[in-house]
Amino acid sequence: MFKVEKPAEGSWTAHYPDIGTEPVSYEDSISPEWHELEREAIFKRSWLNVGRVEQLPRKGSYFTKELAVANTSVVIVRGLDGEVRAFYNICRHRGNKLVWTDFPKEESSGNARAFTCKYHGWKYDLDGGCTFVQQEGEFFDFDKADYGLVPVHCDVWSGFIFVNLADEPSQSLTEFLGPMVTALDGYPFDQQTERFFYRATVGSNWKLFMDAFQEFYHAPVLHAKQSPVSAMPEVQAAGFEALHYEIDGPHRMVSTTAGQGWRMPPEFLKPTESLTRSGLFGPWDAPDLGVDPLPGINPGNAKHWGLDSFQVWPNFVILIWERGWYLTYHYWPTSYNTHVFEGNLYFVPPKNARERVAQEMAAVTFKEYSLQDGNTLEATQIMLESRVVTAFPLNDQEILCRHLHKVAAEWVNDYTNEKAGAAR
Amino acid sequence: MSTPLLPKEFSEFEAFAPTWCLPTEAERYAQRLASTMDEIQTFYDAFFPRAEEAIAYCEKFPLDELPADAERLLQLVYSLVMVSFPVEAWRQPNVPDSGAAYLDLLIEPIP
Repeated sequence: MFKVEKPAEGSWTAHYPDIGTEPVSYEDSISPEWHELEREAIFKRSWLNVGRVEQLPRKGSYFTKELAVANTSVVIVRGLDGEVRAFYNICRHRGNKLVWTDFPKEESSGNARAFTCKYHGWKYDLDGGCTFVQQEGEFFDFDKADYGLVPVHCDVWSGFIFVNLADEPSQSLTEFLGPMVTALDGYPFDQQTERFFYRATVGSNWKLFMDAFQEFYHAPVLHAKQSPVSAMPEVQAAGFEALHYEIDGPHRMVSTTAGQGWRMPPEFLKPTESLTRSGLFGPWDAPDLGVDPLPGINPGNAKHWGLDSFQVWPNFVILIWERGWYLTYHYWPTSYNTHVFEGNLYFVPPKNARERVAQEMAAVTFKEYSLQDGNTLEATQIMLESRVVTAFPLNDQEILCRHLHKVAAEWVNDYTNEKAGAAR
Repeated sequence: MSTPLLPKEFSEFEAFAPTWCLPTEAERYAQRLASTMDEIQTFYDAFFPRAEEAIAYCEKFPLDELPADAERLLQLVYSLVMVSFPVEAWRQPNVPDSGAAYLDLLIEPIP
């Protein structure tokens, strides 16, 4: 074991004095009224990641994204000019959902030259312009040029597609992401296109699952039975200490070590880890990403670096592993105490069956851990809602949880203050 | 004898093929939950010693041009990975304390 250097102030939390050290209330995760404010203040005003450009491989490629948190659906499409655009997924005639397949509430994707409403056959081109109206002459004082799709602010950073539902976003996407996140410009996300996409409905507030994946204090305990190493008493006693924490505006990140299976004796490994040369931390044999040094990663220049988890405000996580693969998480609120969790694993496409098996092992292991995490959250939500205890101590390894709840409160307060100001 | 599903070098595993040669993770996960630990352990104990050979066999082909029998053999390896946690960690088919939680894999590489 090695000693992690904490900041000169003595703790990570003290290094960011605005965050405070007092016990935290989780009222923001159990109040339906607060959740309604978060919908307006956060989700209708932030840049939200809705996917990646690889989901739009050709001109005319499109996908829809259901945004229950904003009571809406958007369609994201690559135009004939190659540009990525977003529109509200509603026909201008009588409000039918424009793009869907079989089930109106489910997401849809495909390739099209135009979008045709299933109801009365109105057509829109990929730029959103209305190009055909059935029996156009029956309408009154009508010019179909006035009836294009309603655009949504849309921009792309490093292949990640973002939308912003505000009438006028207060910041550009790059300003919003800030220097810590945009330092990843040039990281070869575009090479890691082999995708495993998971989804689950979770019985907790969205911020509680973010908390679970932005501290690793829980890892030696909740996941103790996962491997021979984690079950060892000395590992249990040592607990967990991250290498580096950093906060930049509403965003935050943590760097930690990761297991190095290839350096471990076999008795410390599960037999299938040794067989597949893979596990929780990914395939042991990293691909050559062809970029050296990799930009933006390990901002604390920590030795023994294994992963970075970038928590991009409000609900998007990019987790980059030292072994040359990455994960994304999204947490989409559906009510104050439920949300949809989405996880994506991205690898360099395998060259052969052996590499593919290693990726399968990483994916299967990811699911084993996530199932443990997801169920624990429901248990947390249930008891928080009892309000028997209303103040909870957070330690220095939980600094990012503290920061998330603080930022959420700031965005809600800014919104309510603006509304109060406008009403005066 | 019905038509073999696996390459002849791996014919000793034909009995497992109808149950465990499954193309998607969802099917493999469902089969794991529907199996007893005895059934899982029998498959694991039989196939694990030759799994490295099975991977080496599949590795000889381009991944997008696997012959059908080799693709089924690869699916058998995926199923071994799928049951590895029940055998090597949990001692039960489902993840402990996972209750009603689920996590559906909606998009995955094929094969």
